[in-house]
Amino acid sequence: MNAEFNHLLKRAAKGAMSRREFMGRASAMGISAAMASSLLASAARAEEPVKGGVLRAGMAGGESTNSLDPALAASEVPFMVNMTWGEMLLDVNAKGEIDYRLAEEVSANADATEWKFKIRAGVEFHDGKTVTADDVVATLKRHTDEKAQSGALGIVQGISEMSASGDMVTLKLASGNADLPFLMADYHLVIQPGGGVDNPAAGIGAGPYKVVAHEPGVRHVFERNPNYFDGTMGHADQVEILVINDATARTAALQAGQVHMINRVDPKIIELLKGAPGISIEHVAGRGHYVFIMHVDKAPFDNQDLRMALKLAINRQEMVDKILGGYGSVGNDFPINAAYPLFDDTIPQREYDPAKAAEHYKASGHDGSPIVLRTAPGAFPGAVEAAQLFQQSAAAAGIPLEVKVEPDDGYWSDVWNVQPFCASYWGGRPVQDQMYSTAYLSTADWNDTKFKNPKFDETLVAARAELDPVKRKAMYSELANILRDEGGLICPMFNDFVEAKRSEVGGWAPDPNGELMNGRALAKCWLTA
Amino acid sequence: MHPVMTLVAQRIALGLILLLAVSVLIFVGTEALPGDVASAILGQSATPESLANLREALGLNEPPLVRYFSWLGGILTGDFGVALTNGQDIGAAIAQRLGNTLFLAGCAAAISVPLAILLGLIAARYNGRWPDKVISGVTLSTISLPEFVAAYFVIYLLTQVFPLFQPVAMIFPGMGFWEKLNAVALPVIVLVLVVLAHMMRMTRAAILNVMQSAYIETAELKGLGPMRVIWSHALPNAIAPIVSVVVLNLAYLVVGVVVVEVVFSYNALGQYLVDHVAKRDLPVVQAVGLIFAAVYIGLNILADVISIVANPRLRHPK
Repeated sequence: MNAEFNHLLKRAAKGAMSRREFMGRASAMGISAAMASSLLASAARAEEPVKGGVLRAGMAGGESTNSLDPALAASEVPFMVNMTWGEMLLDVNAKGEIDYRLAEEVSANADATEWKFKIRAGVEFHDGKTVTADDVVATLKRHTDEKAQSGALGIVQGISEMSASGDMVTLKLASGNADLPFLMADYHLVIQPGGGVDNPAAGIGAGPYKVVAHEPGVRHVFERNPNYFDGTMGHADQVEILVINDATARTAALQAGQVHMINRVDPKIIELLKGAPGISIEHVAGRGHYVFIMHVDKAPFDNQDLRMALKLAINRQEMVDKILGGYGSVGNDFPINAAYPLFDDTIPQREYDPAKAAEHYKASGHDGSPIVLRTAPGAFPGAVEAAQLFQQSAAAAGIPLEVKVEPDDGYWSDVWNVQPFCASYWGGRPVQDQMYSTAYLSTADWNDTKFKNPKFDETLVAARAELDPVKRKAMYSELANILRDEGGLICPMFNDFVEAKRSEVGGWAPDPNGELMNGRALAKCWLTA
Repeated sequence: MHPVMTLVAQRIALGLILLLAVSVLIFVGTEALPGDVASAILGQSATPESLANLREALGLNEPPLVRYFSWLGGILTGDFGVALTNGQDIGAAIAQRLGNTLFLAGCAAAISVPLAILLGLIAARYNGRWPDKVISGVTLSTISLPEFVAAYFVIYLLTQVFPLFQPVAMIFPGMGFWEKLNAVALPVIVLVLVVLAHMMRMTRAAILNVMQSAYIETAELKGLGPMRVIWSHALPNAIAPIVSVVVLNLAYLVVGVVVVEVVFSYNALGQYLVDHVAKRDLPVVQAVGLIFAAVYIGLNILADVISIVANPRLRHPK
């Protein structure tokens, strides 16, 4: 190994060079990707965390309407805020495995209807009280109350009985669910003293940082929790989130050094930003996807041939290249990709095929009148342009689409889930069951394609209680195939999380579970200079 | 009572009546939203039970007249209620945000008003010659630029090319005065560029108008220099139109700068209002709407009063 390679390795480990660039340079030196990757991982481990300093993130996705109540978090900044001061029972790590947080042991009975969580001993909340099994039960109970308006209501609804005894929490489910540990990692389910019933927005948790200032839509300031139970987090003395919704201002703040990391880098400026000194682009394939959705119970989308015609008339690769700037991957008309556990990668990729699309269009007997596709700038970044690309590729198959651009304000209440054909996005879920149960089960609240298929429902519920991973994977494969061929979902692309950081940030590691290292970037990273 | 006092009292009384009328409009306007307020807030996540709960919590089951007077009574006693979205006390949030709004507007006004009047005087002095053309040309091009374009240009120039300032202009309690001034430098520059031309042009036009009068000719004939003539004879007589334009621009600096606030992430009232409109947080929208109306009406009264006081014919009636 020559000196130049060692130099590169050091720079990459410190974060002065992006992983992508390092891998490229390494392969130019004739070093295999696997080798380079493992060397980088060990070099990064050797980079010792540095204590102290003030670490700042500039983020889009915060409003002055945000609350510290973890149940109400619905956008990027409140998510990051929850992950900075809060701690859940469990966490999902970058490999998609369960990490034990406030629970140190989890066990289930044979049909996954009864779960036991052993609570870690001696962990303190920020107010000095010890975390007990009663706090956990009280927290989960609060989220089941409709008045709490919790984003995790759908998760806790399935729990029919909860009880605490000693350091053990027992949850009984109405029907078996092998994924319960993944669901308990939901970012709304921050454990609060007494369940947070008295004051849900008190900001007292057991996480790596304590809330110092909460100015919604402006900034959030935290100081290190000296009694945090996990020494691998909480390096900077103080961390801050500055809410910078304007993309240009966010990028400028990063370049000027006012913040150390930003979320949501616009694909259009990635190439420009790459050239800036001391800045690296970090991207990771996540589970989020951009979609066009058809209501399968409304004409003309109740016709299987017409749906298939539209699915074949979209050019997925073109969308990834032009809308995502290459920072993403093609979809296959079901909402799951390789970032999920138990993903079946043998399902054939659907390609753009105007000739076959024209055949199906003809078979559908559609009268040739324009099919209205509704979109809005806020449906997903580039949604208007994506709809126009779809219109072009469909026109080549003789299918007339009419793109109707709707205003952002009211899009999610008046267009999405109301109009039969529109653009939308999903952020993805930690496990397949949750994604399918949220949006494709007949009875799902957010069944935005109005997909109702008894066979699908039956398989989904059966898979949920199946503890054998091989059988389970086969069931999920079946679900994917049903949805891909019969559903109302056109899924052209999965978007990467594209972020940027300054070179003085150490400890960065990609995490597909969510933005900015699944919301833990401030807690896990440190300042090297 | 002195007739000027009577006039001023009249203006203030009219302003208060106007404000009351605006409060009715704001209340009725938010009532007139499609569906009712509760369903507007809950949107797609509404269930019959949560709707009923929210209606109860908002007091929507009371008749509108009762709700209007309890709202108005609350505001008159300084109680704006709490935000529906995050339960924060609206009065406290607005107080801080309003302070930031006034700080930014104050800084921008402190630079732009004297500068605009000075440039207007110079332009009038050299009417039609090159200083006039340069001043008019430059200020008219800065006003023609949309605010956000000017903002991006300033960010690029003064944070990237010449890194003198910070692109994010947030200010917090606990920051020192100079620290705050440094933070708001960029938005202030942008706002000065945006409001300069209007005030400058009006000053120039008003002075040139007065310059046609016979007494200016007299002043020139008795041998006063051109700048002296403008300063002591033309300006005092052109005060009224200049003041009304200055006040209009001050009102704009307080209520109309949300785009600049967003670009610089400046935590002031405009962004606060827009965030809450998007979430249909009506108590906040109503409160901020009323404050903006009060600022606008108040500044207009001020303009009226200054014109009255500056007018000798009104000050010394026969």
